[in-house]
Amino acid sequence: MKITREQVIRVAELAHLELSEAELDLYSRQLDSILAYVEKLNELDTTQVQPMAQVFSGDSDAENASAREDLSRPSDVASAVLHIAPDPSPPYFRVPRVIDR
Amino acid sequence: MKDAAWTIPSIRAALQNKKVSARELTSDFFARIERRNPELNAFLALSPERAFAQAGSMDEMITRSEPLPPLAGVPIAIKDVISTRGVRTTCGSRILENYVPPYDATAVSRLESAGAILLGKTNCDEFAMGSSTENSAYSPVRNPVALDRVPGGSSGGSAAAVAAGLAVASLGTDTGGSIRQPGALCGIPAMMGTYGRVSRYGLIAFASSLDRIGPFASTVQDVASVLAVISGRDSSDSTSVPVPVPDYSEELDRPIRGMRVGIPREYFGEGMNPSVRQKVENGIKLLESLGCVPVELRMPHTDYAIATYYIVATAEASSNLARYDGVRYGLRVPGATLLDMYKKTRGRGFGPEVKRRIMLGTYALSSGYYDAYYLKAQKVRALIARDFTQAFQQVDAIVTPTSPSPAFRLGEKTDNPLEMYLADIYTVTGSLAGVPGISVPCGKTPEGLPVGMQIFSAYFQESRVLQLAHAFEQAGGFAL
Repeated sequence: MKITREQVIRVAELAHLELSEAELDLYSRQLDSILAYVEKLNELDTTQVQPMAQVFSGDSDAENASAREDLSRPSDVASAVLHIAPDPSPPYFRVPRVIDR
Repeated sequence: MKDAAWTIPSIRAALQNKKVSARELTSDFFARIERRNPELNAFLALSPERAFAQAGSMDEMITRSEPLPPLAGVPIAIKDVISTRGVRTTCGSRILENYVPPYDATAVSRLESAGAILLGKTNCDEFAMGSSTENSAYSPVRNPVALDRVPGGSSGGSAAAVAAGLAVASLGTDTGGSIRQPGALCGIPAMMGTYGRVSRYGLIAFASSLDRIGPFASTVQDVASVLAVISGRDSSDSTSVPVPVPDYSEELDRPIRGMRVGIPREYFGEGMNPSVRQKVENGIKLLESLGCVPVELRMPHTDYAIATYYIVATAEASSNLARYDGVRYGLRVPGATLLDMYKKTRGRGFGPEVKRRIMLGTYALSSGYYDAYYLKAQKVRALIARDFTQAFQQVDAIVTPTSPSPAFRLGEKTDNPLEMYLADIYTVTGSLAGVPGISVPCGKTPEGLPVGMQIFSAYFQESRVLQLAHAFEQAGGFAL
């Protein structure tokens, strides 16, 4: 077993996902078989290899060395953005109470 | 009545000779969609107001004899993970069921500035996660070549729309094969440029270090024309690259004689459908007859690509999809507390494959497992990219099958996620490396299902990919 049901419950907590008992069973089984497959990466010795996080890492010509100038630009999207919110209270997004007083 | 098979040059000629107006052409395409879409389910939303306004301005330019922009009057479809101002953009997900973006993706605004007519948004796997378009929350797309089969995925709607003649070109996105594989399964050319060639601004993120926007069309020439319009540096995407964009159409007819074409042995192993193998091997012989020099290659880390991809992509996805929390846009499922609202919204808003990938990615990034999975996968990714860099010291291009099998039946792989992931076995490598690649039709199986041949080249050598694909298409006569 690569992953236990308890670990799956913990991962769902971290990911902010409410899962049913059936989903927990299904994902326990499926994640276990996917992680078993991924094990094959350990066949490779990578101790001398630098991890690749991006295609162009900054030392080639292709890299955009151009940090753009920090200029302020007009933006009037606030009302359009609030318009598509589930529970707008301009200029805020309303959410369930977080702090008890 | 059979629908006319329009291409970008034939539309241009017809508009200039006043054989048809842009408005008439637009009406014709909406009529086609109305007729065919109920069975194909390729489109999720249509944008007739926007289309006819654009068609009207193209017609006015023609009336005034103004020079026409490169894609004047070309009806296009956009994958539903790409933002379109005022046009519903769902990502194939319930969580964005009513989402109407307040801005356009750069690729979309560039297409419209070039005169293209936006018909609507195409169906896809939820958040582009899948290889069959069966993960759409809005029902699967059917392959226009064989209606009981999948169109591939995740850009299945974009591929099906073009293959069925419901759009002249379309945009898809490719993270692990999601442009090239549906192109292969639907029998049309489909391309991704080098990572960073096309701005991702307005592309709703799945895996940011892998996501690319690219075109589908019915000819390689049309693919080249669309790619040229959408490519180039965009200050709104810091990963878009400032490398000049050549005139791909202009360079299309350059000779391919003498080009060294690498055939990596690892892409021709077990697990490939025999008629796919036969068609691709015939394709290589055809390239040889056109003067290309085949070179046998080894790319030793190929077999690790699926495992690498499904860690890197899911880790990035788990982070990117954290934004869907019911606060600012999209679905909100009420909860007693803020955390409860987050969990219920995400639990009900996301479909099974998206949740599976968020879970896998969250696990791979979690404390105690990060080094074993995520860091390890990033290191193997570097080895896979090195396979490509070393190969391109010996060859000009690499030729492989696009997909190990032709279009499979709806439902055939839905119970086994790992088996579905293996549909991407030949495409994820190039995704991880970041090189440009195309799938070009190379014939049909005895059952009449299309087979695609994949061509990769080195970073920013899109022209070479297009030249080979164009020459191949001309010589093989595989264009639809």
